[in-house]
Amino acid sequence: MSGAVIEHLDRGPLDRDELAARVARDIPAGSYVNLGIGQPTTVADHLRPGSGVVLHTENGMLGMGPAATGDQIDLDLINAGKAPVTELPGASYFHHADSFAIMRGGHLDVCVLGAFQVSGRGDLANWHTGAPDAIPAVGGAMDLAIGAKSVFVMMTLFAKDGTPKLVRECTYPLTGVGCVDRLYTDVAVIAFGPRGASVLETYGIAASRLVELLDVPLIDISAAD
Amino acid sequence: MTEICATTDEAVAGIEDGATVLVGGFGLAGMPSALIDALIRQGATNLTVVCNNAGNGDTGLAALLAAGRVRKVVCSFPRQSDSWVFDRLYREGRIELELVPQGNLAERMRAAGAGIGAFYCPTGAGTLLAEGKETRVIDGREYVLEHPIHGDVALVKAHVADRMGNLVYRKTARNFGPVMATAATSTIVEVHRLVEPGALDPEVVVTPGIFVDRVVVTGDQGDPA
Repeated sequence: MSGAVIEHLDRGPLDRDELAARVARDIPAGSYVNLGIGQPTTVADHLRPGSGVVLHTENGMLGMGPAATGDQIDLDLINAGKAPVTELPGASYFHHADSFAIMRGGHLDVCVLGAFQVSGRGDLANWHTGAPDAIPAVGGAMDLAIGAKSVFVMMTLFAKDGTPKLVRECTYPLTGVGCVDRLYTDVAVIAFGPRGASVLETYGIAASRLVELLDVPLIDISAAD
Repeated sequence: MTEICATTDEAVAGIEDGATVLVGGFGLAGMPSALIDALIRQGATNLTVVCNNAGNGDTGLAALLAAGRVRKVVCSFPRQSDSWVFDRLYREGRIELELVPQGNLAERMRAAGAGIGAFYCPTGAGTLLAEGKETRVIDGREYVLEHPIHGDVALVKAHVADRMGNLVYRKTARNFGPVMATAATSTIVEVHRLVEPGALDPEVVVTPGIFVDRVVVTGDQGDPA
Protein backbone atom coordinates (compact mmCIF):
# COMPACT_ATOMS: atom_id res chain seq x y z
CA MET A 1 0.00 0.00 0.00
CA SER A 2 1.37 3.43 -0.83
CA GLY A 3 0.14 7.00 -0.48
CA ALA A 4 -0.02 9.52 2.30
CA VAL A 5 -2.05 9.53 5.48
CA ILE A 6 -5.19 11.61 4.97
CA GLU A 7 -5.28 14.09 7.85
CA HIS A 8 -8.55 15.92 8.51
CA LEU A 9 -7.14 18.75 10.61
CA ASP A 10 -9.87 21.31 9.95
CA ARG A 11 -12.26 19.47 12.26
CA GLY A 12 -12.46 17.61 15.58
CA PRO A 13 -12.80 13.89 16.19
CA LEU A 14 -15.71 11.96 14.66
CA ASP A 15 -18.80 11.77 16.85
CA ARG A 16 -20.58 8.42 17.24
CA ASP A 17 -22.86 9.04 14.29
CA GLU A 18 -20.04 10.16 12.04
CA LEU A 19 -17.98 7.13 13.06
CA ALA A 20 -20.84 4.79 12.12
CA ALA A 21 -21.14 6.63 8.78
CA ARG A 22 -17.38 6.31 8.21
CA VAL A 23 -17.55 2.53 8.76
CA ALA A 24 -20.59 2.26 6.48
CA ARG A 25 -18.68 4.02 3.69
CA ASP A 26 -16.13 1.16 3.60
CA ILE A 27 -18.73 -1.62 3.35
CA PRO A 28 -18.80 -2.68 -0.31
CA ALA A 29 -22.14 -2.68 -2.14
CA GLY A 30 -23.72 -6.11 -2.29
CA SER A 31 -21.82 -7.56 0.66
CA TYR A 32 -23.09 -9.89 3.35
CA VAL A 33 -22.49 -8.16 6.68
CA ASN A 34 -22.89 -8.92 10.39
CA LEU A 35 -23.07 -5.95 12.74
CA GLY A 36 -22.23 -6.69 16.37
CA ILE A 37 -24.46 -5.64 19.23
CA GLY A 38 -24.19 -2.10 20.63
CA GLN A 39 -22.55 0.64 18.60
CA PRO A 40 -21.87 -1.49 15.48
CA THR A 41 -25.64 -1.95 15.05
CA THR A 42 -25.91 1.79 14.24
CA VAL A 43 -23.81 1.30 11.08
CA ALA A 44 -26.99 -0.04 9.43
CA ASP A 45 -28.54 3.44 9.63
CA HIS A 46 -25.79 4.78 7.37
CA LEU A 47 -25.75 2.18 4.60
CA ARG A 48 -26.69 3.76 1.27
CA PRO A 49 -30.20 2.92 0.09
CA GLY A 50 -29.85 0.53 -2.81
CA SER A 51 -26.39 -0.60 -1.73
CA GLY A 52 -27.66 -4.18 -1.75
CA VAL A 53 -25.93 -4.96 1.55
CA VAL A 54 -27.55 -8.02 3.16
CA LEU A 55 -27.48 -8.06 6.95
CA HIS A 56 -26.96 -11.32 8.82
CA THR A 57 -27.96 -11.80 12.44
CA GLU A 58 -26.37 -14.64 14.42
CA ASN A 59 -29.70 -15.85 15.77
CA GLY A 60 -30.60 -17.19 12.36
CA MET A 61 -31.54 -14.69 9.68
CA LEU A 62 -30.28 -13.09 6.47
CA GLY A 63 -32.08 -10.06 5.07
CA MET A 64 -32.70 -8.39 8.41
CA GLY A 65 -34.50 -5.06 8.14
CA PRO A 66 -34.61 -2.01 10.44
CA ALA A 67 -35.87 -2.02 14.02
CA ALA A 68 -39.56 -2.92 14.38
CA THR A 69 -41.96 -0.34 15.77
CA GLY A 70 -45.61 -0.41 16.82
CA ASP A 71 -47.60 -3.17 15.14
CA GLN A 72 -44.47 -4.54 13.47
CA ILE A 73 -43.13 -5.83 16.79
CA ASP A 74 -43.07 -9.64 16.81
CA LEU A 75 -41.23 -11.30 19.70
CA ASP A 76 -40.26 -14.19 17.41
CA LEU A 77 -38.32 -11.77 15.19
CA ILE A 78 -35.36 -10.25 17.02
CA ASN A 79 -31.72 -9.38 16.40
CA ALA A 80 -28.58 -10.49 18.24
CA GLY A 81 -29.19 -7.79 20.84
CA LYS A 82 -32.69 -9.29 21.33
CA ALA A 83 -34.40 -6.15 20.02
CA PRO A 84 -37.41 -6.58 17.68
CA VAL A 85 -36.50 -6.14 14.01
CA THR A 86 -38.20 -6.54 10.63
CA GLU A 87 -37.60 -8.79 7.64
CA LEU A 88 -36.86 -7.53 4.13
CA PRO A 89 -38.10 -9.19 0.92
CA GLY A 90 -35.76 -12.10 0.18
CA ALA A 91 -35.00 -12.77 3.84
CA SER A 92 -34.29 -16.29 5.07
CA TYR A 93 -34.31 -18.04 8.43
CA PHE A 94 -32.03 -20.88 9.51
CA HIS A 95 -30.96 -22.67 12.67
CA HIS A 96 -27.95 -21.84 14.81
CA ALA A 97 -25.53 -24.41 13.37
CA ASP A 98 -26.16 -23.03 9.87
CA SER A 99 -25.96 -19.46 11.13
CA PHE A 100 -22.53 -20.08 12.64
CA ALA A 101 -21.41 -22.03 9.56
CA ILE A 102 -22.09 -18.75 7.73
CA MET A 103 -20.00 -16.87 10.30
CA ARG A 104 -17.16 -19.32 10.88
CA GLY A 105 -17.00 -20.65 7.34
CA GLY A 106 -15.85 -17.41 5.72
CA HIS A 107 -19.15 -16.63 4.04
CA LEU A 108 -19.62 -13.14 5.51
CA ASP A 109 -17.79 -10.36 3.67
CA VAL A 110 -17.59 -8.02 6.64
CA CYS A 111 -18.32 -8.04 10.34
CA VAL A 112 -18.21 -4.95 12.54
CA LEU A 113 -17.40 -5.41 16.23
CA GLY A 114 -16.84 -3.20 19.25
CA ALA A 115 -13.71 -3.56 21.38
CA PHE A 116 -12.13 -2.93 24.76
CA GLN A 117 -8.66 -3.16 23.22
CA VAL A 118 -6.92 -3.94 19.95
CA SER A 119 -3.21 -4.77 19.79
CA GLY A 120 -0.71 -3.56 17.19
CA ARG A 121 -0.83 -7.06 15.66
CA GLY A 122 -4.58 -6.92 15.27
CA ASP A 123 -5.46 -9.02 18.32
CA LEU A 124 -8.97 -8.23 19.57
CA ALA A 125 -10.23 -8.09 23.17
CA ASN A 126 -13.94 -7.38 23.45
CA TRP A 127 -15.68 -10.01 25.58
CA HIS A 128 -14.40 -9.89 29.14
CA THR A 129 -12.65 -7.41 31.38
CA GLY A 130 -11.23 -10.26 33.45
CA ALA A 131 -12.32 -8.49 36.65
CA PRO A 132 -12.93 -11.01 39.46
CA ASP A 133 -16.59 -10.04 39.97
CA ALA A 134 -17.35 -9.74 36.24
CA ILE A 135 -19.70 -12.30 34.74
CA PRO A 136 -18.12 -13.34 31.47
CA ALA A 137 -20.26 -13.51 28.31
CA VAL A 138 -18.88 -14.23 24.85
CA GLY A 139 -21.85 -14.85 22.56
CA GLY A 140 -20.82 -15.02 18.91
CA ALA A 141 -17.87 -12.61 19.13
CA MET A 142 -15.14 -15.27 18.87
CA ASP A 143 -16.80 -16.94 15.89
CA LEU A 144 -17.17 -13.63 14.03
CA ALA A 145 -13.65 -12.50 14.86
CA ILE A 146 -12.05 -15.51 13.19
CA GLY A 147 -14.68 -16.17 10.54
CA ALA A 148 -15.58 -13.08 8.54
CA LYS A 149 -13.48 -12.21 5.45
CA SER A 150 -12.94 -8.68 6.82
CA VAL A 151 -13.14 -7.83 10.50
CA PHE A 152 -13.82 -4.16 11.19
CA VAL A 153 -13.62 -2.85 14.74
CA MET A 154 -15.10 0.44 15.92
CA MET A 155 -14.24 2.08 19.25
CA THR A 156 -12.88 5.31 20.71
CA LEU A 157 -9.09 5.31 20.44
CA PHE A 158 -8.65 6.45 24.03
CA ALA A 159 -10.52 5.45 27.20
CA LYS A 160 -12.19 8.17 29.26
CA ASP A 161 -9.05 8.44 31.41
CA GLY A 162 -6.93 8.99 28.29
CA THR A 163 -5.41 5.49 28.20
CA PRO A 164 -4.95 4.24 24.62
CA LYS A 165 -7.10 1.27 23.62
CA LEU A 166 -4.78 0.45 20.73
CA VAL A 167 -2.00 -1.24 22.69
CA ARG A 168 1.22 -3.21 22.23
CA GLU A 169 -0.31 -6.24 24.00
CA CYS A 170 -3.93 -6.57 25.08
CA THR A 171 -4.28 -6.74 28.87
CA TYR A 172 -7.88 -7.94 28.63
CA PRO A 173 -8.57 -11.57 27.61
CA LEU A 174 -8.46 -12.04 23.84
CA THR A 175 -11.42 -12.66 21.57
CA GLY A 176 -9.24 -13.53 18.58
CA VAL A 177 -5.56 -13.50 17.64
CA GLY A 178 -4.43 -11.23 14.78
CA CYS A 179 -7.97 -11.10 13.42
CA VAL A 180 -8.63 -7.35 13.00
CA ASP A 181 -8.33 -5.93 9.47
CA ARG A 182 -9.48 -2.35 10.06
CA LEU A 183 -9.87 -0.26 13.18
CA TYR A 184 -12.23 2.73 12.99
CA THR A 185 -11.94 5.20 15.82
CA ASP A 186 -13.03 8.75 16.56
CA VAL A 187 -9.58 10.09 15.71
CA ALA A 188 -8.05 7.61 13.25
CA VAL A 189 -8.67 4.80 10.80
CA ILE A 190 -5.97 2.14 11.10
CA ALA A 191 -5.27 -0.84 8.84
CA PHE A 192 -3.60 -4.09 9.89
CA GLY A 193 -1.50 -6.12 7.49
CA PRO A 194 1.26 -8.72 7.61
CA ARG A 195 3.80 -6.01 8.47
CA GLY A 196 1.75 -4.43 11.23
CA ALA A 197 -0.55 -1.46 11.79
CA SER A 198 -0.65 1.67 9.66
CA VAL A 199 -2.64 4.89 10.01
CA LEU A 200 -4.79 5.59 6.94
CA GLU A 201 -6.72 8.62 8.10
CA THR A 202 -6.90 10.97 11.08
CA TYR A 203 -9.59 13.30 12.39
CA GLY A 204 -8.66 16.41 14.36
CA ILE A 205 -5.14 15.22 15.10
CA ALA A 206 -1.91 14.98 13.12
CA ALA A 207 -0.59 11.49 12.44
CA SER A 208 2.76 12.48 13.95
CA ARG A 209 1.03 13.44 17.22
CA LEU A 210 -0.89 10.15 17.23
CA VAL A 211 2.36 8.20 16.93
CA GLU A 212 3.61 10.01 20.07
CA LEU A 213 0.47 9.14 22.03
CA LEU A 214 0.47 5.44 21.17
CA ASP A 215 2.88 2.79 22.40
CA VAL A 216 2.44 0.82 19.19
CA PRO A 217 4.77 0.68 16.20
CA LEU A 218 2.94 2.19 13.22
CA ILE A 219 4.04 1.72 9.64
CA ASP A 220 4.52 4.95 7.70
CA ILE A 221 2.38 4.23 4.64
CA SER A 222 3.87 7.11 2.67
CA ALA A 223 7.26 5.36 2.93
CA ALA A 224 5.89 1.89 2.19
CA ASP A 225 6.24 0.18 -1.18
CA MET B 1 -42.55 -43.00 17.24
CA THR B 2 -43.53 -39.57 18.42
CA GLU B 3 -45.91 -39.49 21.35
CA ILE B 4 -48.51 -36.72 21.53
CA CYS B 5 -48.94 -35.69 25.18
CA ALA B 6 -52.12 -34.23 26.63
CA THR B 7 -50.34 -31.96 29.11
CA THR B 8 -46.93 -30.43 29.67
CA ASP B 9 -46.70 -32.39 32.95
CA GLU B 10 -47.06 -35.62 30.98
CA ALA B 11 -44.50 -34.35 28.47
CA VAL B 12 -41.74 -33.81 31.06
CA ALA B 13 -42.50 -36.93 33.14
CA GLY B 14 -39.46 -39.07 33.83
CA ILE B 15 -36.74 -36.39 33.62
CA GLU B 16 -34.22 -37.59 36.19
CA ASP B 17 -32.14 -35.83 38.82
CA GLY B 18 -28.70 -34.99 37.44
CA ALA B 19 -29.93 -34.91 33.83
CA THR B 20 -28.38 -32.71 31.16
CA VAL B 21 -31.22 -30.64 29.71
CA LEU B 22 -30.81 -28.75 26.43
CA VAL B 23 -33.11 -25.73 26.49
CA GLY B 24 -33.91 -23.96 23.21
CA GLY B 25 -34.32 -20.26 22.71
CA PHE B 26 -32.31 -17.12 22.17
CA GLY B 27 -33.44 -14.75 24.88
CA LEU B 28 -37.19 -15.35 24.98
CA ALA B 29 -37.58 -16.16 21.25
CA GLY B 30 -38.03 -19.93 21.02
CA MET B 31 -37.82 -20.36 24.79
CA PRO B 32 -39.98 -23.41 25.74
CA SER B 33 -41.50 -21.62 28.73
CA ALA B 34 -44.45 -24.01 29.26
CA LEU B 35 -42.13 -27.03 29.37
CA ILE B 36 -39.77 -25.26 31.79
CA ASP B 37 -42.72 -24.43 34.07
CA ALA B 38 -43.68 -28.11 33.93
CA LEU B 39 -40.11 -29.12 34.76
CA ILE B 40 -40.23 -26.85 37.82
CA ARG B 41 -43.40 -28.69 38.96
CA GLN B 42 -41.91 -32.07 38.06
CA GLY B 43 -39.09 -31.59 40.56
CA ALA B 44 -35.94 -32.97 38.91
CA THR B 45 -32.89 -31.36 40.47
CA ASN B 46 -29.10 -31.17 40.22
CA LEU B 47 -29.58 -30.45 36.51
CA THR B 48 -27.06 -29.30 33.95
CA VAL B 49 -28.76 -26.83 31.62
CA VAL B 50 -27.39 -26.08 28.16
CA CYS B 51 -28.89 -22.89 26.76
CA ASN B 52 -27.63 -19.82 24.92
CA ASN B 53 -28.58 -17.53 27.81
CA ALA B 54 -28.92 -18.15 31.52
CA GLY B 55 -32.47 -16.91 32.02
CA ASN B 56 -34.29 -13.60 31.71
CA GLY B 57 -36.30 -11.86 34.40
CA ASP B 58 -37.93 -14.10 37.00
CA THR B 59 -39.81 -16.59 34.82
CA GLY B 60 -38.96 -19.62 32.70
CA LEU B 61 -35.33 -20.67 32.95
CA ALA B 62 -34.65 -17.96 35.55
CA ALA B 63 -37.38 -19.49 37.75
CA LEU B 64 -35.80 -22.96 37.39
CA LEU B 65 -32.47 -21.47 38.48
CA ALA B 66 -34.09 -19.56 41.35
CA ALA B 67 -35.68 -22.80 42.57
CA GLY B 68 -32.16 -24.16 43.10
CA ARG B 69 -32.57 -26.99 40.63
CA VAL B 70 -29.63 -26.27 38.36
CA ARG B 71 -26.09 -27.28 39.29
CA LYS B 72 -24.39 -26.08 36.14
CA VAL B 73 -25.15 -23.86 33.16
CA VAL B 74 -23.43 -24.33 29.81
CA CYS B 75 -24.04 -21.18 27.78
CA SER B 76 -22.54 -18.46 25.62
CA PHE B 77 -24.10 -15.29 26.99
CA PRO B 78 -25.27 -15.39 30.62
CA ARG B 79 -24.85 -11.67 31.34
CA GLN B 80 -27.85 -9.63 30.25
CA SER B 81 -29.70 -6.63 31.58
CA ASP B 82 -32.31 -8.94 33.15
CA SER B 83 -30.18 -11.94 34.19
CA TRP B 84 -30.23 -11.03 37.90
CA VAL B 85 -31.16 -14.55 39.04
CA PHE B 86 -28.14 -16.15 37.38
CA ASP B 87 -25.88 -13.23 38.33
CA ARG B 88 -26.72 -13.64 42.02
CA LEU B 89 -26.27 -17.44 42.05
CA TYR B 90 -22.98 -17.12 40.16
CA ARG B 91 -21.58 -14.45 42.47
CA GLU B 92 -22.61 -16.53 45.49
CA GLY B 93 -20.79 -19.53 44.02
CA ARG B 94 -24.00 -21.55 43.93
CA ILE B 95 -23.94 -22.35 40.25
CA GLU B 96 -21.22 -23.56 37.93
CA LEU B 97 -20.72 -21.90 34.54
CA GLU B 98 -19.12 -23.38 31.43
CA LEU B 99 -18.85 -20.49 29.01
CA VAL B 100 -18.84 -21.65 25.37
CA PRO B 101 -18.61 -19.46 22.26
CA GLN B 102 -22.05 -19.49 20.66
CA GLY B 103 -21.00 -21.24 17.45
CA ASN B 104 -19.20 -23.93 19.44
CA LEU B 105 -22.32 -24.44 21.53
CA ALA B 106 -24.35 -25.04 18.35
CA GLU B 107 -21.71 -27.13 16.60
CA ARG B 108 -20.95 -29.29 19.65
CA MET B 109 -24.64 -30.20 19.82
CA ARG B 110 -24.77 -30.70 16.07
CA ALA B 111 -21.80 -33.08 16.44
CA ALA B 112 -23.59 -34.98 19.21
CA GLY B 113 -26.66 -35.42 17.02
CA ALA B 114 -24.63 -36.37 13.97
CA GLY B 115 -22.47 -39.01 15.65
CA ILE B 116 -19.23 -37.01 15.41
CA GLY B 117 -16.64 -37.94 18.08
CA ALA B 118 -15.01 -34.49 18.25
CA PHE B 119 -13.97 -31.79 15.78
CA TYR B 120 -11.28 -29.17 15.25
CA CYS B 121 -12.60 -25.61 15.30
CA PRO B 122 -10.70 -22.31 14.88
CA THR B 123 -13.02 -20.35 17.20
CA GLY B 124 -11.32 -19.31 20.42
CA ALA B 125 -7.82 -20.46 19.41
CA GLY B 126 -5.26 -18.56 21.48
CA THR B 127 -7.86 -17.35 23.99
CA LEU B 128 -8.81 -18.13 27.59
CA LEU B 129 -11.69 -20.34 26.40
CA ALA B 130 -9.28 -22.73 24.64
CA GLU B 131 -6.96 -23.13 27.65
CA GLY B 132 -6.24 -26.77 28.46
CA LYS B 133 -7.76 -27.97 25.20
CA GLU B 134 -5.91 -29.96 22.58
CA THR B 135 -4.93 -27.87 19.55
CA ARG B 136 -3.64 -28.70 16.13
CA VAL B 137 -2.28 -26.64 13.25
CA ILE B 138 -3.99 -27.55 9.99
CA ASP B 139 -2.84 -25.82 6.80
CA GLY B 140 -1.07 -23.19 8.88
CA ARG B 141 -4.04 -22.30 11.05
CA GLU B 142 -4.58 -23.22 14.70
CA TYR B 143 -7.67 -25.25 15.59
CA VAL B 144 -9.05 -26.36 18.96
CA LEU B 145 -10.44 -29.84 19.60
CA GLU B 146 -14.09 -29.54 20.67
CA HIS B 147 -16.21 -32.38 22.03
CA PRO B 148 -19.92 -33.02 21.48
CA ILE B 149 -22.58 -31.94 23.96
CA HIS B 150 -25.19 -34.66 24.41
CA GLY B 151 -28.43 -34.01 26.23
CA ASP B 152 -30.46 -36.52 28.17
CA VAL B 153 -33.41 -34.32 27.32
CA ALA B 154 -34.03 -31.40 24.93
CA LEU B 155 -36.84 -28.94 25.60
CA VAL B 156 -37.73 -27.17 22.35
CA LYS B 157 -40.41 -24.76 21.19
CA ALA B 158 -41.66 -25.01 17.61
CA HIS B 159 -44.56 -23.42 15.76
CA VAL B 160 -46.45 -26.35 14.24
CA ALA B 161 -46.05 -30.13 14.54
CA ASP B 162 -47.85 -32.90 12.75
CA ARG B 163 -48.68 -36.19 14.48
CA MET B 164 -45.50 -37.71 13.00
CA GLY B 165 -43.47 -35.18 14.99
CA ASN B 166 -42.39 -33.17 11.97
CA LEU B 167 -41.76 -29.57 12.98
CA VAL B 168 -41.75 -26.11 11.49
CA TYR B 169 -40.60 -23.07 13.42
CA ARG B 170 -41.37 -19.38 13.32
CA LYS B 171 -38.88 -16.68 12.27
CA THR B 172 -35.86 -16.26 14.59
CA ALA B 173 -37.56 -18.43 17.23
CA ARG B 174 -36.06 -21.37 15.29
CA ASN B 175 -32.51 -20.68 16.59
CA PHE B 176 -31.19 -23.69 18.59
CA GLY B 177 -34.33 -25.84 18.31
CA PRO B 178 -33.44 -27.96 15.26
CA VAL B 179 -29.91 -28.61 16.53
CA MET B 180 -30.96 -29.49 20.08
CA ALA B 181 -33.69 -31.80 18.77
CA THR B 182 -30.99 -33.99 17.22
CA ALA B 183 -28.65 -33.98 20.23
CA ALA B 184 -30.76 -35.42 23.06
CA THR B 185 -31.81 -38.92 24.01
CA SER B 186 -35.34 -37.60 24.46
CA THR B 187 -36.62 -34.51 22.65
CA ILE B 188 -39.73 -32.86 24.04
CA VAL B 189 -41.40 -30.14 21.98
CA GLU B 190 -44.08 -27.59 22.79
CA VAL B 191 -45.96 -26.28 19.77
CA HIS B 192 -48.62 -23.71 19.09
CA ARG B 193 -50.54 -26.05 16.83
CA LEU B 194 -50.80 -29.76 15.99
CA VAL B 195 -51.93 -30.88 12.53
CA GLU B 196 -52.68 -34.20 10.88
CA PRO B 197 -50.03 -36.01 8.80
CA GLY B 198 -50.02 -34.56 5.29
CA ALA B 199 -50.96 -31.06 6.41
CA LEU B 200 -47.33 -29.94 6.49
CA ASP B 201 -45.60 -29.72 3.11
CA PRO B 202 -42.74 -32.25 3.39
CA GLU B 203 -40.53 -29.76 1.52
CA VAL B 204 -40.76 -27.23 4.33
CA VAL B 205 -40.34 -29.54 7.34
CA VAL B 206 -37.34 -28.26 9.32
CA THR B 207 -37.04 -30.98 11.96
CA PRO B 208 -38.10 -34.45 10.78
CA GLY B 209 -40.16 -36.40 13.29
CA ILE B 210 -37.46 -39.02 13.85
CA PHE B 211 -35.76 -36.49 16.16
CA VAL B 212 -38.90 -35.80 18.18
CA ASP B 213 -40.07 -38.02 21.07
CA ARG B 214 -42.91 -36.08 22.65
CA VAL B 215 -45.10 -33.19 21.49
CA VAL B 216 -47.46 -31.11 23.55
CA VAL B 217 -49.72 -28.35 22.28
CA THR B 218 -49.53 -25.18 24.35
CA GLY B 219 -51.76 -23.14 22.07
CA ASP B 220 -51.27 -19.66 20.78
CA GLN B 221 -50.36 -18.19 24.13
CA GLY B 222 -47.64 -15.69 23.45
CA ASP B 223 -47.88 -16.40 19.74
CA PRO B 224 -48.48 -13.20 17.83
CA ALA B 225 -49.31 -14.96 14.55
